[in-house]
Amino acid sequence: MSFDLIIPIIITLVGASTPILIAALGELVAEKSGVLNLGVEGMMLIGAVVAVAVMLTTGNHYLAIICAAGASACSALIFGFLTLSLSANQVATGLALTILGTGFSALFGQPYTGQAVPLLRSPFAPELAQHEVLRIFFGYSPLVYFSLIMVVAVWWFLQRTRWGLILRAVGESDHSAHSIGYSVLGVRYLAVAFGGAMAGIAGSCFPFILTPQWVERLTSGRGWIALALVVFAAWKPFRLLAGAYLFGLIATMELYAKAAGGNFRILPSELWAALPYLATILVLVLISMRRQGSTSAPACLGRPFVPSN
Amino acid sequence: MQNGSVPRLELIGITKSFPGVLANDNVSFAVKPGEIHALLGENGAGKSTLVKMIYGIMPPEKGEMRWNGEPMDVPNPKAARKLGIGMVFQHFSLFDALTVLENIALGMDGNLSNRELEARVREVLKTYGLTLDPHRVVSTLSVGERQRIEIVRALLLNPKLLIMDEPTSVLTPQEVAQLFETLRQLASEGCSILYISHKLNEIKVLCDTATILRGGKVVATCDPKQETSRSMAELMIGGNLKDVSKDASRTFGPPHFVVDNLSVPGDGRFGTALKDVSLSVRKGEIFGIAGVAGNGQNELLSALSGEVPVDRDDAILIGGQAAGTKEANARRKLGLCAVPEERNGHAAVPDFTLTDNAVLTARDRRNLVTAWLINRGAATQYAEGVIDTFSVKATGSAATAGSLSGGNLQKYIMGREIMQTPDVLVVSQPTWGVDAGAAAAIHQALVDLATAGSAIVVISQDLDELLALCDTLAVINEGRLSDPMPVADADIEQIGLLMGGVHGESDTTHMPKPVVEPEAPHAV
Repeated sequence: MSFDLIIPIIITLVGASTPILIAALGELVAEKSGVLNLGVEGMMLIGAVVAVAVMLTTGNHYLAIICAAGASACSALIFGFLTLSLSANQVATGLALTILGTGFSALFGQPYTGQAVPLLRSPFAPELAQHEVLRIFFGYSPLVYFSLIMVVAVWWFLQRTRWGLILRAVGESDHSAHSIGYSVLGVRYLAVAFGGAMAGIAGSCFPFILTPQWVERLTSGRGWIALALVVFAAWKPFRLLAGAYLFGLIATMELYAKAAGGNFRILPSELWAALPYLATILVLVLISMRRQGSTSAPACLGRPFVPSN
Repeated sequence: MQNGSVPRLELIGITKSFPGVLANDNVSFAVKPGEIHALLGENGAGKSTLVKMIYGIMPPEKGEMRWNGEPMDVPNPKAARKLGIGMVFQHFSLFDALTVLENIALGMDGNLSNRELEARVREVLKTYGLTLDPHRVVSTLSVGERQRIEIVRALLLNPKLLIMDEPTSVLTPQEVAQLFETLRQLASEGCSILYISHKLNEIKVLCDTATILRGGKVVATCDPKQETSRSMAELMIGGNLKDVSKDASRTFGPPHFVVDNLSVPGDGRFGTALKDVSLSVRKGEIFGIAGVAGNGQNELLSALSGEVPVDRDDAILIGGQAAGTKEANARRKLGLCAVPEERNGHAAVPDFTLTDNAVLTARDRRNLVTAWLINRGAATQYAEGVIDTFSVKATGSAATAGSLSGGNLQKYIMGREIMQTPDVLVVSQPTWGVDAGAAAAIHQALVDLATAGSAIVVISQDLDELLALCDTLAVINEGRLSDPMPVADADIEQIGLLMGGVHGESDTTHMPKPVVEPEAPHAV
């Protein structure tokens, strides 16, 4: 494969992976605290539509991203109130959140459908951002750099800080954490809100990096991929990064295969479309098999906690 | 300790109720500075509730707590720790997936770097002669090692009042002696200790005062040195304590359960490999296996029960039949039943009812399943039989296993196996965390089963229990089993040394545990 093909592929794959990576990082933190929020897809849609609306109204990308994060965090807090304070079933409530997000975004996005949204482009000077080779470092949207910083930040927070330790402890044994004197529900609310904010930012990646407009169900199931990635990546941020980029790589190959035609036609296009999902799952299953026995799932994941008093 | 000095902790008329239960009823007592104060009572007497209130986990409904004479307000454990109250929990408040060091960090409120914390942990371990690897993940540790984490965590806080809930149940005699030395040092520095234990002889040796609770009320306050273990036990249960009656003249039948050079590779990085374990138990004999937690007891129980079949069929003989490669169910049909150490999650499914838990192990031996369907009537009847016979305090056979207190669940699980009248019974830690009355009942049931002709293996870290119960004793250390010795000739010093890994002729590279001279107490 020639060099001038590799660079565009890398650029495309990084863009395609970024929303999955950001959403999955948020979900990872929520799950580490013991909360399973299946509403990622819905929260991403809410984030995407709010980002489009604010962008078209104010013309400010960053304000749009902040509003997207805030709106999704609010929807996550509704989920949090139901599952944490009222101990509702997390799986059912998460699915309901996705349905809510899908419906809300379709309704709220109606007036904006089809309007062109300006992309959020590289913050670097054109000499770097559009340089033939150097653009693989400088040619990305700020959201991409944000996602990479967040991979390190989430890892550092969880593994190196006291607050991260408390968060993991709450997800590991809620009753023990309570008896030592930590606020289990408080930690979980914060984690769920963080997960929501990240899903909102992930949602804003769609209009700002990938498809510069609003259409219904814009996220096309990437929220579910993010959820699956968290599990297969064994709740480890760097493995999440690898999984998201692998997914992006194969999804990009699919695009190029379609465009190139010829030999790639051996496989039917439906199979090409399914390939990223299959390959991502396969690779991550193989990775997680190698390290069997390590109990990577937070022990209290999905279990409601009622403080005894 | 001076007479008339202000008590470190004073409780006045503490009352706490839960739906349907009055857990503490007008409880008053005081702990002086530097006093080692025992809190005694059966399971359900309200000891745990009381200490939870002192540690700020739950608020009292009525009554007042005073700290050095001042009204004390502990809305949460953090506030309690700030006052200088440390606690070692009975049900460990540990996080399985985290390392020892992380677990300790979670119990500390100050902001210490990992390196500083590790240095302090190592210092405390050294001062008190405890062994523990700070970087191990808790899920790979034995119960005894887990308890050490709790102890270290409390000691690091430099406490003014240390609450210890059954701290010695998993230690060797030498370690107990060491711990007591530590506690006495702490007390002599002015730290008060509130000591909860079922081991009355320990309380006699260690404690200055004992407050006895029964049914949530204070029934007596006494000086344990002036009392006998028996008199205190009777105050606790409010009646006469039955001795374990064992017919000393009883004779044993032929060997019925034989283990021949059993070797099992260790599981994972931290499992202990079993090396050439041989034992032979006669009909009517109770064979005890002593040892410090984590020396292969769990692996041995799994191999004997059939949970992990071994590769050589004739390594285990039940009544002359080779059963090494058979699984637990097949061994049950041959007459072997087993009770593992962990009650919840291993011996019983916490979310299942007692009836369902009975079906899990008794289905074949008690015909609780016909044509692949559970025979509800028979199962319920069996579960209720166990509840009645073993005086299990439960709301009925429909109660979930997880809703029972530890001692009651243990009685139920022991009863479930014993009432299957097994020819061979293998039990691990039969009375861990169980009070004197319940422990006596369990011991008596084991002795009765042996008298009726069963071969019994008891794996325990409680040496007193083994000496009272067993006919023959061996010690397990690093997966090797010592030669068996008749209990009548057993020498506690010798057993203690075997538990610590001094084999005499053994070629093991393991360093013998030094008998640590108590050092000058450090200000931790």
